[in-house]
Amino acid sequence: MSWIQDIVNPKARAWEEFYRNRHQADKVVRSTHGVNCTGGCSWNVHVKDGIVGWELQATDYPALEPSLPPYEPRGCQRGISFSWYLYSPLRIKYPYLRGVLTDLWRAAKALHGDPVAAWTALVEDPVKRKSYQQARGKGGFRRSNWEEVEEIIAASTIYTIKKFGADRLVGFSPIPAMSMLSFAGGSRYMQLLGGANLSFYDWYCDLPNASPEVWGEQTDVAESADWYNSKYIAVVGSNINMTRTPDAHFLGEARHNGTKVTVLSPDFNMTAKHADWWIPAHAGQDGAFWMAVNHVILSEYHHRLQTPYFLEYLKRFTDCPFLIQLTEHDGSYRAGRLVAATAVERYCKEENAGFKYLVWDETSDQPRMPLGTLGFRWQDKKGEWNLQQKDGQDGSEIAPVLSLLTCREAELPVVFDDFGAGQLVQRCVPVHYLVTPQGRIPATTVYDLLMAQFGVDRGLEGAYPSNYDEDMVYTPAWQEKFTGIARDNVVQFAREWAATAETTEGKCSIIIGAGVNHWYHSNLIYRAGIVALMLCGCVGRNGGGLNHYVGQEKLAPVAPWATIMGALDWSKPPRFQNAPSYHYVHSDQWRYERTSDEARVQPVAEHNGITAGHTIDHQIRAVRNGWLPFYPQFDRNPIEVVKQAEIAGAASNQEIVVWVVKELAAGRMKFAVEDPDAPENWPRLWIIWRGNALMSSGKGHEYFLKHYLGTHTNTVAPETAEESVRDVKWHRQAPEGKLDLVVDINFRMDTSALYSDIVLPTATWYEKDDLNSTDMHSFIHPLQAAVPPCWESRSDWDIFKGLAKRFSELAAIHLPEPVRDIVAVPLQHDTPAEMAQPEIKDWCKGECEPIPGKTMPRLVVVERDYKNLYNRFISLGPGARDGIGAHGLTWKIDDIYDEMAEGDRTVEWQGRKYPSLVDAREAAEIILRLAPETNGEMAFRAFAAEEKKVGLPLTDLAADTRGIRTTFADLDRQPRRLLNSPIWTGLTGNGRAYSAYCLNVERLVPWRTLTGRQHFYLDHQGYITAGEHLPTYKPKPDPSSLQDLVVTPTDQKSIMLNYLTPHGKWGIHSTYGDNQRMLTLSRGCHPFWINDQDAAQIDVIDNDWVEIYNDHGVVVTRAVVSARLPRGISFLYHAPERTIGIPKSPLRNARRAGGHNSLNRIRLKPNLMLGGYGQFTYGWNYWGPTGANRDTFILVRKLEGEPQW
Amino acid sequence: MNIRAQVSSVFHLDKCIGCHTCSIACKNLWTDRKGVEYMWWNNVETKPGTGYPTQWENQEKYRGGWEKKGDRLQLRLGGRGGLLGNIFHNPRLPTMDDYYEPFTYRYGELTSAPAGNDQPTARPVSMISGRPMKIEAGPNWDDDLSGSGIYAANDPGVLQLSREQRAQMFAVERLVMLYLPRICNHCLNAACLAGCPSGAIYKRGEDGIVLINQDKCRGWRMCVSACPYKKTYYGWATGKSEKCVLCYPRLEVGEAPACFHSCVGRIRYLGVLLYDADRIEAAAMQDDKDLVAAQRQIILDPFDPQVLAAAGKAGIAEQVLEAAQRSPVYLFVKKWQIALPLHPEFRTLPMLFYVPPLLPVVSEEHLGTQRLVDDYFTTLENARLPLQYLAGLFTGGNTEEIKAVYRKLMAVRIQRRRITVGDLSESEVAKARELGEVSAEQIEAIFRMTALTSIRQRIVVPPMLREQAIEAGMDPERHKQEMGFGSRRSPKRRW
Repeated sequence: MSWIQDIVNPKARAWEEFYRNRHQADKVVRSTHGVNCTGGCSWNVHVKDGIVGWELQATDYPALEPSLPPYEPRGCQRGISFSWYLYSPLRIKYPYLRGVLTDLWRAAKALHGDPVAAWTALVEDPVKRKSYQQARGKGGFRRSNWEEVEEIIAASTIYTIKKFGADRLVGFSPIPAMSMLSFAGGSRYMQLLGGANLSFYDWYCDLPNASPEVWGEQTDVAESADWYNSKYIAVVGSNINMTRTPDAHFLGEARHNGTKVTVLSPDFNMTAKHADWWIPAHAGQDGAFWMAVNHVILSEYHHRLQTPYFLEYLKRFTDCPFLIQLTEHDGSYRAGRLVAATAVERYCKEENAGFKYLVWDETSDQPRMPLGTLGFRWQDKKGEWNLQQKDGQDGSEIAPVLSLLTCREAELPVVFDDFGAGQLVQRCVPVHYLVTPQGRIPATTVYDLLMAQFGVDRGLEGAYPSNYDEDMVYTPAWQEKFTGIARDNVVQFAREWAATAETTEGKCSIIIGAGVNHWYHSNLIYRAGIVALMLCGCVGRNGGGLNHYVGQEKLAPVAPWATIMGALDWSKPPRFQNAPSYHYVHSDQWRYERTSDEARVQPVAEHNGITAGHTIDHQIRAVRNGWLPFYPQFDRNPIEVVKQAEIAGAASNQEIVVWVVKELAAGRMKFAVEDPDAPENWPRLWIIWRGNALMSSGKGHEYFLKHYLGTHTNTVAPETAEESVRDVKWHRQAPEGKLDLVVDINFRMDTSALYSDIVLPTATWYEKDDLNSTDMHSFIHPLQAAVPPCWESRSDWDIFKGLAKRFSELAAIHLPEPVRDIVAVPLQHDTPAEMAQPEIKDWCKGECEPIPGKTMPRLVVVERDYKNLYNRFISLGPGARDGIGAHGLTWKIDDIYDEMAEGDRTVEWQGRKYPSLVDAREAAEIILRLAPETNGEMAFRAFAAEEKKVGLPLTDLAADTRGIRTTFADLDRQPRRLLNSPIWTGLTGNGRAYSAYCLNVERLVPWRTLTGRQHFYLDHQGYITAGEHLPTYKPKPDPSSLQDLVVTPTDQKSIMLNYLTPHGKWGIHSTYGDNQRMLTLSRGCHPFWINDQDAAQIDVIDNDWVEIYNDHGVVVTRAVVSARLPRGISFLYHAPERTIGIPKSPLRNARRAGGHNSLNRIRLKPNLMLGGYGQFTYGWNYWGPTGANRDTFILVRKLEGEPQW
Repeated sequence: MNIRAQVSSVFHLDKCIGCHTCSIACKNLWTDRKGVEYMWWNNVETKPGTGYPTQWENQEKYRGGWEKKGDRLQLRLGGRGGLLGNIFHNPRLPTMDDYYEPFTYRYGELTSAPAGNDQPTARPVSMISGRPMKIEAGPNWDDDLSGSGIYAANDPGVLQLSREQRAQMFAVERLVMLYLPRICNHCLNAACLAGCPSGAIYKRGEDGIVLINQDKCRGWRMCVSACPYKKTYYGWATGKSEKCVLCYPRLEVGEAPACFHSCVGRIRYLGVLLYDADRIEAAAMQDDKDLVAAQRQIILDPFDPQVLAAAGKAGIAEQVLEAAQRSPVYLFVKKWQIALPLHPEFRTLPMLFYVPPLLPVVSEEHLGTQRLVDDYFTTLENARLPLQYLAGLFTGGNTEEIKAVYRKLMAVRIQRRRITVGDLSESEVAKARELGEVSAEQIEAIFRMTALTSIRQRIVVPPMLREQAIEAGMDPERHKQEMGFGSRRSPKRRW
């Protein structure tokens, strides 16, 4: 070993300075990445020579309970590659304008002088309009300057407002939590204009509809540290280790603490590698698995063992004891509506009696009316909306029974749906008869219906299976044909699950994600799993619950933020649009489907007026009935509507509304959604920021290109809707190029930027100040400028401030006086409108009167002061002074508003001072000051307000932290833990891990649902008709009904596969996936994953180029051939850019091939459009159909010849 | 006894999620320059797979590491004479194809493309030639079993298994993978150092970090061949070889190396090990199956008064000894014996150790459905991966060593389940402890170190006493006054 010498000699080691020099940085700044990944990781950005060099994670999160692993470090391979973008050739450094439009604009400007006149002349010339539309996406950008592009945008905005209406302006930016002020800048601007902001959570298919269905909550989940508290974790459709990279360690660490981890996934994925059990269930069949698990749990732990913890939990915290009316059809019965207090004499005179629901009381052997149901929430008398087991009339104790089995008056045969087999089964349930003004009605409990639905043999008559091996709906044997999992394993899983829950009082959890949520019937799959949680008392417990992580939906300081974001401090209501409906309608994707196919995709219990018809007609009904929003609202300019009303003699706002209702009822005025292809109803100006709306989230991308942009497209799909549409107006020729102007705000030249008319350079996440929060952890932390905005970029806030300024200047000429605008909004969740429509009635058909806010959308006349739009933008308006809030809860802030208006950060105009919103950091300070989550005094006030509603003590939850105030500078020093807040349902005191619904379970605060409890049973006329009132299984849509391959022929060289686009390892949506780091570590492309035997069938070997195609479009990429995937499915990990290394497609005219969204078309599930009642009322990003995209089929073949560029 | 201190590491593979954050942290800081683009001082491999550079474990091909020649150790490349003879032509060097040709894209053309009749795209181009290229390899080409039929099937470790074992591994329901993050092992018996004709490679006295002196390196690339882990790389722009420096500039200021700091799976542990340098050769001469035990033996107990006294005499500072006593690496490697070196049969005595991963139980096709075994947790008998494969990676083929580790890891889970849930009986726990030869207290310690530790407990950087190191060549006060003044200068090509 003589040659191995340790060297200490300093001379020989002087060269070591070489690497030391590299490592020395001048400055370290805390920031993060505003990207929709849920990570919310705090990063230290290292600056050297005024240039960002690299980033490393911050490791200084405040500690949680000592029994929990710490959060550090947070941040993944993608985030750590971000510094690549700042100085890369992909960076957008200057404003760009496409050459064709530049020339047209400059010529028009030279001719007309006035920008609005110039824009009018340009855009109303069909040849000119078409010429720049067809150039979209085809290169030819020219460097412009801020003055020019701001002027074009302002001119186009004014043109649109005057000619068509402000509701033809549309803005899209997703996921505010990742950089809330950057989002808020744009939405504030749009709302001051009166434009529509599109939702994202539902559009991205991140919204789990089961959450509003069951809990009346958009989403609330545990922070990842709480996984560690769980003793049994089922990971379902979520690839934690791949997509929740900074949190995955909690899962691994929990295992070493004795937790069992089971992973359900069709492929052997990164998380399955870490599991104790990998259950290779067939793709999209998780629901069948859980339904059978529930059968076992109910049979053994409920019926046979009567597990006390489970039964007590169900009685207090779920709708299980509530009575359901059975309705008779030809001698057998169907489960109907909740029995309301109106049914019995004792309670029928109570306030809101129709919305107070009954249980069967064990002590009195009578129907009783417990506290906490919907009617109590919205009654005049406050303090009775809680979960105490007390009678709502006299306050006496009640003891609800779960089942009428032992006290039944009779048993009646009830018909249940077996959608898997397409048949009905008849099973008896125990009933009591209630004496009502309408006569005797039979009623049973939700629990009894569940027992029957799941086929638990309790000795009642009917088609009950006698054992687990009997292949009858929901037995372990039954699920085998769907999941491919042996029945014994289902039984074993169910027993391990329930036994763990019993011993630990609910420490079983499901981690669930897009792998499930993107299926058409995802709401049912989710509910099947939630049933297993609720049956075992696992919701509202640390270590228990449904942990759905799809999208960074949790914007912690939501109340003050929403005020600024929606410009609610100046004008209410905002125009918030659900994007799935918007794109389905406006990008004309509805034209490509037919009712007969959709009916096969969505099997229903009963075909009738509620379920029948084309989806576009369902959409129209939803708008007319006030279930969903839709913009544009009417077939004419909303300003014009007001003017016409005035001409007709309407003076007051109320009279204007009355006139509008009259015109609508008479059919003289139409909703725009009834004729979306008419030019006056097109969206005209679209601003996109913080998102990749045309590609990464552009589901039905090729239809976007065709109908929105009017440029090239690779779709060959036939339009098939004409024969089956009824209410919508059909135009033989679909419009192409609806949008006058598309503006993209970006720091990188992504696909959306490439296809836009104007590209504005924005500051990166290391060049601006902003706030970030997530549901994965319970901290709030900042983005900060490590370096100033590079080149000519500006922060999003400043970009919109600049647009507002330019617009106001032009408005002073073109719209100098305040104008009145009428806004139509749907019936809103967390308002008394939850009691609007207990039954579905269509005023249009004369079934009821058209009453705004009751049977149709609410109509509100608002004033817009366009000349002062900029002033309003930079000032926190007087509307905020009246109070802020969320989820139906508000509290006072007038003293703080006044204090701020007197402070040193103010703006003054027209003789009045306002708290300043001039820059994003000031807005952030205001949010931190006003949010209960960051300011202890606000938390105290919010709990005090909640106490009044609930009638139980709650302010103690905020007493200890009342003195805490957080500033932006505090966040610079260290991420801060969120305080307890009634806006959320978890509790964080003393380092306790946040877990959803602990507030409800521990403090008896009701869920925001019909019964105030968690719902197994969905009492909505539409749900009953659709057969989704009880948890159920509906089969996956058959490829033959999906219209993916109507005109695309199959041949010997191709193979048909189910096309899945799960979230991948090398990108967050399309971000990072295009950078050199991630491309190097993957395969230099976004490859197509295919099973080895499937690949062999079409003669494809690993790394071969392949062409993937269907009617919608085509993708060309290289194949990854792997036995990791089962046969029959394929992966193209979400979301490639079609701008990076994409060859042309020989199959589609040698045009540039597309991206993952080129192969799909969205399909809306009609029962998710229902509304007007209980938790089914509308909330932006809370309710509505989602952009489901898993049920898609493609053909794949080897690319012929060498790739052509 | 000749005691030395080495900054050593443990990677807990059960916690590794294969995310590659470590790789990018390193890339950003060290290898983002021209000529070193292809270098990944830290890389992560999916096993089974052929890794980076491809087939690096195949020493029939690359002839890295040491072999026993009679009673001596010799580099597989050959003796001193053989080395010099190959200086101008070394057939054992990995080629560009064995690594990959680094690539980027013509990103700028998306903005600059002239108006045309189709959408522009950014074509891939070589970072070497700048010309458009086909991408056919990368540093992580077989990630997550990509191309499993080609890469996983040709893993040198897999090729040593029986036909039956291989067939089992690749049936879909038995598919398996694990992640293997790799950096320089900073070996005690470093083959790169031994192979360097220029004497440019040395092991730092204070911390055992193996470095290539950038002033002295002449780019002969013998280190590239000699290192069986292929963790030195030739920089084509400077004509010098470079390798992982264990982020000594960070260690010197008390920070974790970038890949350790950024490890989001929290799998990486770092701390000082004391070892007896006099026994290196003897340890490296053991039979394959005894190498793990032999290496463990030369690692010394930092609480032993004799060791401490000898260490003091050898000039190891008291503060460093205190750090050695807090070293998590000592616990994993020596005390609990659940961390193992990678390919000990290469005989370099690598000072990076791995806790092998627990893997899910298998399932079997039965009457058209998947049937899982009824084990509650992972068990040895039903592990998806043959023990022989793991033994091939970590114990020179000794499956008993692997089994011993697994039994301990399982005992931890069983005891913790008993404590936190209580649905397992005390006799079951006792049986697990007995089988794992581990005490209840040790289990608690292993559990805490695995699950609950903060970065300061996982990564115990010894004080580097820089003022004393600098003092050996210059007055630290003068260093303070002058540091940073001067021009930046990279090492020059030496021919």
